[in-house]
Amino acid sequence: MEHRAKLIDIAAFLDRLERARPDEGTSGEDFRVDAFRRAVRLLVDGQPHRARRVLEKFSDMTTEPIDSAGGMKGAYGAVPNPAHDRGAAG
Amino acid sequence: MYIDPHIHMVSRTTDDYDRMAVAGCVAVTEPAFWAGYDRSSPQGFFDYFRQLTEHEPKRAADYGIKHFSWICINPKEAEDPSFAREVMALIPEFLAKPNVLGIGEIGLNKNSRNELRIFEEHLQLAAEHDELVLVHTPHLEDKLKGTKLIIDAVKNNSKIDPERVLIDHVEEHTVGLVLREGMWAGMTLYPETKCTAQRAVDIIETYSSERICINSAGDWGHSDPLAVPKAQREMARRGHAPDTIARISFDNPRRFLSQCPKFKIDA
Repeated sequence: MEHRAKLIDIAAFLDRLERARPDEGTSGEDFRVDAFRRAVRLLVDGQPHRARRVLEKFSDMTTEPIDSAGGMKGAYGAVPNPAHDRGAAG
Repeated sequence: MYIDPHIHMVSRTTDDYDRMAVAGCVAVTEPAFWAGYDRSSPQGFFDYFRQLTEHEPKRAADYGIKHFSWICINPKEAEDPSFAREVMALIPEFLAKPNVLGIGEIGLNKNSRNELRIFEEHLQLAAEHDELVLVHTPHLEDKLKGTKLIIDAVKNNSKIDPERVLIDHVEEHTVGLVLREGMWAGMTLYPETKCTAQRAVDIIETYSSERICINSAGDWGHSDPLAVPKAQREMARRGHAPDTIARISFDNPRRFLSQCPKFKIDA
């Protein structure tokens, strides 16, 4: 029941997004929602280690430190234009 | 009976101490962390370190809980290296305090060059003073990259024994990296942004019950100071033996923390 409820929460969240922007498809979507949609697909791909792979889908896959964290404190939950989906690693 | 090896009691009420004691908490260790705002001077840190080493142990003792702490400048306030070094100059004085177990929670927040530089300097300080190290890993999208940078930095310091380092806030995508390098892994049981009790027990079942600890990291945000006993309950619900539950919630943190001779508890 707990996970049924969580699944319905996610379904309602996606419905809410569409209600908020009925004329826009998934193109030009906020990068966090885009990452969310890509991660959701992993849940039903029949492969193991879903939790790890979902976390990786939301992760920065670059390897070099950034030049400055000035003015940055929090995290977004996903990466704008994730490098791992473009095949780049650094 | 349990130990919470990572909780920020300065942000919690005495009612929380009471509830934790009733739930079986016998000891806590409290790392220095970000207060939710940037402190304006090293003196602000000096006062905070006094709170951790003088005031908080007395508050905990009223509830029969032993209180230990870790000292550092946290990564969220480490972007300005000269400011960070002024704070770091205060650390040796506090390492001598009877309840201080080591350097922590150091680490990375946004994985910047300055954060990494100050992290490496903290590691060197720990090596010079033969201290245990407690490491914070970044949040959310920054965690995987930050954990890899942190592991590399620890490995690059030949004077740091990996068994004396606990890498905290691991999740499914980082726990294996940490354990493979011989370091300890901490799982933080947060209601939303880190591990739930259910996922933590999944990780224990999938990876290992060796060199893994669980903690609440209870603080001023959305967190639960009773997260450790709730994870104990989840393990019991799944049929784990009492000695396995005790290993994760008491024996393992005691093994790691006892590498510092100042860590002594009556249990």
